[in-house]
Amino acid sequence: MFDVKDLYQEVIVDHNRNPRNFGKLDPADKTLEGFNPLCGDRLTLYLNMDGEERISEVGFDGHGCAISIASASLMTENVKGKSVPEAEAIFNTFHTLLTDSSAALDLERVGKLAVLAGVRDYPSRVKCATLCWHTLKALLEGGGEPVSTE
Amino acid sequence: MTAAAPHGAAFPVERYRADFPVLARRVHDQPLVYLDNAATAQKPRQVMETLDDYYRDYNSNIHRGVHTLSEQATAAYEAARKKIQTFINAASHQEIIFVRGTTEAINLVAQSYGRNRLGAGDEIIVSEMEHHSNIVPWQLLCEQTGATLQVIPINDAGELDMDAYKNLLGDNTRIVAIGHISNALGSVNPVTEITALAHAVGAVVLLDGAQAAPHTSLDVAALDCDFYAFSGHKLFGPTGIGVLYGKQALLEAMPPYHGGGDMIKMVTFKKTLYNDLPYKFEAGTPYIAGVIGLGAAVDYVSAIGMDQIQAYEDELLRYATTAAVGVPGLTLIGTAAHKAGILSFVLDGIHPHDLGTILDHDGIAIRAGHHCAMPVMERYRVPATARASFAFYNTREEVDKLIAGIDKAKDIFN
Repeated sequence: MFDVKDLYQEVIVDHNRNPRNFGKLDPADKTLEGFNPLCGDRLTLYLNMDGEERISEVGFDGHGCAISIASASLMTENVKGKSVPEAEAIFNTFHTLLTDSSAALDLERVGKLAVLAGVRDYPSRVKCATLCWHTLKALLEGGGEPVSTE
Repeated sequence: MTAAAPHGAAFPVERYRADFPVLARRVHDQPLVYLDNAATAQKPRQVMETLDDYYRDYNSNIHRGVHTLSEQATAAYEAARKKIQTFINAASHQEIIFVRGTTEAINLVAQSYGRNRLGAGDEIIVSEMEHHSNIVPWQLLCEQTGATLQVIPINDAGELDMDAYKNLLGDNTRIVAIGHISNALGSVNPVTEITALAHAVGAVVLLDGAQAAPHTSLDVAALDCDFYAFSGHKLFGPTGIGVLYGKQALLEAMPPYHGGGDMIKMVTFKKTLYNDLPYKFEAGTPYIAGVIGLGAAVDYVSAIGMDQIQAYEDELLRYATTAAVGVPGLTLIGTAAHKAGILSFVLDGIHPHDLGTILDHDGIAIRAGHHCAMPVMERYRVPATARASFAFYNTREEVDKLIAGIDKAKDIFN
């Protein structure tokens, strides 16, 4: 039996209350909206690139549950300064961590994102944690269509 | 007992709870507190046993076999129709059409009644508090016919603006489609008055009774509505079965919605003769067990008494409302003077989904989200609400647990 406080760790509560890199980047090289029609979570991601390959600045705004806001906040901290392949690799590791319960919990590979590992015990909440990442992925891949979790 | 119980006798809630096996289970090692009844209600063993008996003892197709099993199944199926006729006080069993649920009932009316009758310039009136299933079928009809959708606004309490409604009504109004009780707000709408006003301009009225059927006694004759739709699963019956009531003269004049077996008298490639009501609208083998099970659910609540259920639930909602408004940072969404069964709210600094997860850890099931009523969320400028919805088997102790769970969530977030 897991404690609900394993999900809502202090770091998550803090990032929800004071999200990092919250606010519009203006100007932004790339902007994309992501939303979860089931719960109404909606966020917009802003990126500035250093050339084609490196994320120099990232910001977001919008509204959602604590899991989605904290995840977006942690993501922006994590991917700032990363190359596109590095960011994609982090997402893949993070996604596997949350969706494949048989995967080894190699928390070191995802750094601070490990505080979201508890989400894997809540299948209905995985989309909350991955909304920002799906939006980032679509943005890096150049898609112009808003991202929906459904 | 310190307070006088309604109708002179205590409502034996523990006895009724014992009829619902799922209420005895535990969730996350806590007793289940099921407060998501507006989404779907739990089932009493009497309904489950009825389904089981059908499948074990007389499973058979209806209206066609000469053998014993088919005769028994047909008799049980048609007996359920009569139970529902009595339950809603319809004039004839021919006015009771079995459908999959409220959604299908509304789509049936939109298409079968509306498609051939409406055209450009005609108007359909809905309200701002409707469930998507009482919006989208009418939008589809508007696209098909050129009719337009008019929307009755609601006030801050979540009550219909009846003056605005009167202003919307006119010679072009053809259909008025309104929820009897709002699933997102709990508002009980003045449907008798709404119906009379619509009839005065020659419009027909469909009432979406999905949330009303489990909470209040229904009398379609007194309401004088033209169509009334409700779902079995919110009325303690099976999922996948629902009812469309329609006035006989209207149903007679409407073309079939689905074609197939059972809805015909005779088929040739030149001409097909449709069956009489209600079979004209029941193409194909229906959900026989579901119909019989719904009949058992109606028997169950009728034995308790819908008036007794309503009185008990009204008292429980008053208790819950008083407790909820005492929680700092809690804002009720939906404070109509006349409400039933539903407590919708938001908490400062805590998203409804997070609250839902935290409550689930204490075994408490609520709904968090837009409740398939996005225009209502838009109206109150919230992305989602938390919703506790009650049935007659809920108790004050369960309300207390809900409030304690909300306090726990506040501790985690503050």
